Amino acid sequence: MPLSDFQPVIGLEVHAQLLTHSKIFCGCSTAFGAEPNHHTCPVCLGLPGVLPVLNQRVVEFAVRTGLALECTVKGTSVWSRKNYFYPDLPKGYQITQYDQPICEWGRLVIDTPAGEKVVRVRRIHMEEDAGKSVHDATASAGQSLVDLNRAGVPLLEIVSEPDLRDSDEAVEYLKSLRDVLMYLGVNDGNLEEGSFRCDANVSVMPKGSTVYGQRCELKNLNSFRFLKQAIEYEVARQVDVLESGGKVLQETRLWDVNKGVTRSMRSKEEAHDYRYFPEPDLPPLHVADALIEETRGALPELPRAKRQRFMSQYGLPAYDAKLLTAERPLADFFEACAPHAPDAKKLSNWFLGELSRLLKEEGTTVSSVRFTPTQLGELLGAVEQGTVSINAAKDVLGEMFRTGAAPANIIASKGLAQVSDVGAVEAVVDEVLAKSASEVEKYRAGKKNLYGFFVGQVMKAMKGKGNPTLVNELLKKKLGD
Amino acid sequence: MSQPLTDLTMLELAAALAAGKVSSVEATRASLARIAQVDPKVRAFLRVDEEGALRAAEASDARRRASGPASPLEGVPLGLKDIFLTEGLETTCGSRILQGFVPPYDATVVRLLREAGLPLLGKLNMDEFAMGSSNESSAYFPTHNPWDLSRTPGGSSGGSAAAVAAREVFGALGTDTGGSIRQPAAHTNTVGLKPTYGRVSRFGVIAFASSLDQVGPMTRTVADAAALLQVIARHDPRDSTSAPLETPDYLADLEGGVHGLKLGVPREYFTDGMDPEVEASVRAALKEYERLGATLVDVSLPHTSHALATYYLLAPAEASSNLARYDGVRYGLRARDVRGLQELYGQTRGQGFGAEVKRRIMLGTYALSAGYYDAYYLRAQKVRTLIREDFTRAFQQVDAILSPTSPVPAFRLGEKVDDPLSMYLTDILTLPCNLAGLPGLSVPCGFTKAGLPVGLQVLGRPFDEAGVLRIGRAFEREHDFFRRTPPCP
Ligand SMILES: [Zn+2]
Repeated sequence: MPLSDFQPVIGLEVHAQLLTHSKIFCGCSTAFGAEPNHHTCPVCLGLPGVLPVLNQRVVEFAVRTGLALECTVKGTSVWSRKNYFYPDLPKGYQITQYDQPICEWGRLVIDTPAGEKVVRVRRIHMEEDAGKSVHDATASAGQSLVDLNRAGVPLLEIVSEPDLRDSDEAVEYLKSLRDVLMYLGVNDGNLEEGSFRCDANVSVMPKGSTVYGQRCELKNLNSFRFLKQAIEYEVARQVDVLESGGKVLQETRLWDVNKGVTRSMRSKEEAHDYRYFPEPDLPPLHVADALIEETRGALPELPRAKRQRFMSQYGLPAYDAKLLTAERPLADFFEACAPHAPDAKKLSNWFLGELSRLLKEEGTTVSSVRFTPTQLGELLGAVEQGTVSINAAKDVLGEMFRTGAAPANIIASKGLAQVSDVGAVEAVVDEVLAKSASEVEKYRAGKKNLYGFFVGQVMKAMKGKGNPTLVNELLKKKLGD
Repeated sequence: MSQPLTDLTMLELAAALAAGKVSSVEATRASLARIAQVDPKVRAFLRVDEEGALRAAEASDARRRASGPASPLEGVPLGLKDIFLTEGLETTCGSRILQGFVPPYDATVVRLLREAGLPLLGKLNMDEFAMGSSNESSAYFPTHNPWDLSRTPGGSSGGSAAAVAAREVFGALGTDTGGSIRQPAAHTNTVGLKPTYGRVSRFGVIAFASSLDQVGPMTRTVADAAALLQVIARHDPRDSTSAPLETPDYLADLEGGVHGLKLGVPREYFTDGMDPEVEASVRAALKEYERLGATLVDVSLPHTSHALATYYLLAPAEASSNLARYDGVRYGLRARDVRGLQELYGQTRGQGFGAEVKRRIMLGTYALSAGYYDAYYLRAQKVRTLIREDFTRAFQQVDAILSPTSPVPAFRLGEKVDDPLSMYLTDILTLPCNLAGLPGLSVPCGFTKAGLPVGLQVLGRPFDEAGVLRIGRAFEREHDFFRRTPPCP
């Protein structure tokens, strides 16, 4: 059977670092980028005698995420120990949730070329992150270094059902999930720094089958592109194995960024026996109904709902709505500007065009723009009324962006106002036509390509500030078209 | 004073300090002198902190003069089992793997003792990681029983019990996971209290089995135990299993007696293997309680026979995980000349842990392994619930339960070292209390003909330390065994 006769089956496990100020079981800071082992204490160093105390913010974030993903939030969940030896795991076990996680059975709706698709979320649980082992040049030969700043940073693990059917769906799910977590303010969505990480479980089965094939777990997928490439490579690999009469083995495989292949990291036989058991140092976690209801009431509008509302409320095309709602601050700013703008679609064009360009150029975000929604409305009004040309308005916006000065002041001080007074423009048109009698004659005789010459003469006489619509209108009228 | 200063009970010394008859520095010097005199034979101390103790005693005397005592036990010197983290003072838990480990912080109970003004004399010997019943699994040396130096003082808090019995310290703190406070107390004619699980903070106490470990006082009298519990029983936000309860006044009703109380005698606790002299002493004590106005009630704790197996699955399972952190990476022993990670782990843990600790790590690892978890760990948890329910039912009938603390008196050093099962069996009467999380007290109740101490165990309802202490005190008032000093040295 060719590749096209196989159906890939994909599920994702996402680890999202929570944006709490302190770690999950001690008071240490979660800030990124400090000197190695700077944010540590006896608890997260795993010294003898220490005990974990749960950071309640972590529970709040987990509940918020669970509700946003339409999960059942459990009144009681249980902490477990996952036992394994590694130098960056100070206690020799990770405190996590195993058979009784805080959230179960949710869903995330994503867009696919075939329309909406529901991806089921099997579970969400809380756990502590491990530290980092450093084997690079900062360590001398034969040595490894351990940085425990990250040890104890709170994580949510979000596990999907194997509902995804190709690499594009997987990428779409991961992007949508990331958008949701960022909207909720629980995660910064940074794949490169590893605060938003993804493993993929991939298998293939003959099309039409309902029996899943043997799955492999793919790791080291720290960008959307790598996720897509790794899945595609892995699907082709598994199909090759099956086609050549082999069996896909249950194993963990690492995405090799440089070679563009997945390679075996450990087989089923080498898999750890984590010896999970209930964490005796923490009582079962009880989440009060009141917290669940309070959190539900305070949930923000989520990306998908916002996108749909942008389409219906502002009459925007899907493309615009998606880009505008991709990040909450941009969407919020759009909504702040909309009442002041003459037209939502034109406002959207400015957002997705000039404003996005400026933000990118300055490497900044919308939260740091200096102008107000009212000022942007004024600028767009000026364009609408012909007070300023679109090109000039772009310059004005740039100036507003940098200085926060009022558009009217910028237009005046830079002399960017257009002449839209009919009498003034008509006088110039008349003067130009009078001076160019022979050209007028040739034009009327059929040499229509002289039209541009007249426009050019008028604009030259008006130093480029004539309202082009008005200039055209008057020229055509006077030339008798 | 006619009797030596070191013979005073904690409360007697506290009264003498309050009356200005003696200073904390004098009391501390007396203890240090006694330690210098007897410890070469008893070997209760792993580390004597003479300088720290005297500094604390001087501060205590100064505080008393300047602003009055910080607590009723201000100035009374104490010893600590080497399981408690002490800032700046080496803490080994009786293990090679922690040799040279100097903690950067104090355990909560250590902090409470310091705040209450008690000078700390040093760290007391123990079975390695509290795993043992004889102090023979200490990586350093065994402690000897002051009543018979050829015998063990029991364990794992054997150093604490021996030091209290030998008048080296006025009192001590121990920990009890399966009887480690009560059994050595019984073997040394001292008082040992294991409070209810959650009553005393475990923060800064090196973990053996987290769901069973509990800190408690080891003293010469029940009243001293009550006074010391008063200092350390405190809700601790740093221990999530610490009970958020007010601390009662443990001395208030201590002399209330037992008149009208129903005291349960569990038939399963008087077994065939029991030493006849131990049984006789305990039976006599039961009679005494009847004479004092209590009613004895025959009760049954039907799952008792499963306690040993349950304990030896759950405690090692938790221990196997708790001891994973001793890996040579961050502190303590690190094996030299190793190549690669696996060898670092293997050599460090191979060299650092003793035989009993390795045995329990392997037992626990096995009990938690895939394919065995349901049959061992999970089954044991279910039996633990049944054992707890046994007690719940019994306490519907009775106010407390009485039994021997240990079925046998102190055994000889070396006698059971090569027979772990018979060693484990000596804890058979103390283990169920830990599995159920209850308070348990051991009170001296006599001696065998050979002069070996016998202990009476009092088990109470959860958080009824006051009741347990009152019952123990009622007997102690009639029989001041605690006045007897050990013959040696
Ligand atoms: Zn920390």
